[in-house]
Amino acid sequence: MADKLKFSLVSPERELYSGDVDQVDMPGTEGDLGILPNHSPLMAALSTGLITVYKDGVEDQYFVQGGFADVTPAGLTILAERSVHMDELDHDDLRSRIERAQKQVASLEGDAHVALSRDIDAMLRILGGKAA
Amino acid sequence: MASLKELKNRIGSVKNTQKITKAMQMVAAAKLRKAQEAAEASRPYSERLGSIISNLATSMVGSAGGPELLVGNGQSDTVLLVIATADRGLCGGFNTNIVRKAREEIVALEREGKTVKLYLIGKKGYDQLKRLYADQIVKFISLKEERKLHAGIAQNIGEEITGMFEAGDFDICKLVFSEFVNVMQQDAVAKTLIPAMEGMTDLPEGGETTQDLDGAIYTYEPDEAGILRVLLPRNINTQIFSALLENQAGEMGSKMSAMDNATRNAGEMIDKLTMTFNRTRQAQITSELIEIISGAEAL
Repeated sequence: MADKLKFSLVSPERELYSGDVDQVDMPGTEGDLGILPNHSPLMAALSTGLITVYKDGVEDQYFVQGGFADVTPAGLTILAERSVHMDELDHDDLRSRIERAQKQVASLEGDAHVALSRDIDAMLRILGGKAA
Repeated sequence: MASLKELKNRIGSVKNTQKITKAMQMVAAAKLRKAQEAAEASRPYSERLGSIISNLATSMVGSAGGPELLVGNGQSDTVLLVIATADRGLCGGFNTNIVRKAREEIVALEREGKTVKLYLIGKKGYDQLKRLYADQIVKFISLKEERKLHAGIAQNIGEEITGMFEAGDFDICKLVFSEFVNVMQQDAVAKTLIPAMEGMTDLPEGGETTQDLDGAIYTYEPDEAGILRVLLPRNINTQIFSALLENQAGEMGSKMSAMDNATRNAGEMIDKLTMTFNRTRQAQITSELIEIISGAEAL
């Protein structure tokens, strides 16, 4: 298939990725999403997890924490609240963030509690997966 | 007339000052470049976010009861002014300009009978405003300890402001900062943060901001209201972040030109003092000669 997806990943600090790719997988708040070229317009909120970029058979992974994906006929834009390339992920920083979240989670109730617990799970998974 | 020794000392001290201002100018120039790069790098994010929100907002206009962050809570009695200034001085009129703009806003709002609360970012603004409005300052933070601006700082500030809004501490929020036009020019501006709708009036109508979807309909996941609920607080964080970045670039630009002026002034002063020094020395020699000659003639 000749079609490519125009993809850009931006965080508040800088643009992390910009270019034509084959597929992008990302963690939506309602479940994981895979975006292929010519996807219908979509606006999705993202949770914590990994963004996988497929380009010419090569996979590239980014860590993302919160944000939005905006799919238009022009392409896919991900506005990540916080995002780094997996190679640049700071483990100590992530670990301290998990600890902070774990302290915080006890004081929360209802939806916020569920959301933060999911956040912690996702962060722990990433930390474990990378260390293994 | 000052003695030769005194003049020499003064020339020396002015030269030292010049060295310092020159070094500060060069440091500011280097920092300015970095600050400008950071401001530029953050622009795609804030632009995209702005266009997404205005898209959503226009589609929400018909339906009544949008989120309060977007349409306001129907009141305008209490106004929170978020005033961002620099933490350091020696940058020309930079801080003074922001403070002046803030005071204009305060005076105008108070004339309308509104209550004004102040949220101050940066030490210099605090120093200037605490004399006049000490009892109206609800919060003051200094970013002096932060070595580099990052989105987390703005996020903390934004979350606090959103929390205060939800607690009903204020009805309208305005952000006062300095917009970076170029190195020589920074404009102090006031921008409405809450309600977000009001701050959007300056967006081009239907221009680049609206996306052509080829007649397709946006799918929202979760629903529109859910997305807006998350998006609006984030928009506040982003606006604060870009204001901080603009401020930083402005501060450095302002400091650079202020230090450039100072260096030039010091140069002029050195020239003048050297001239006086030489004249004085010459006069001394001449008067000594006259004394010798007249002494010789008297013999």
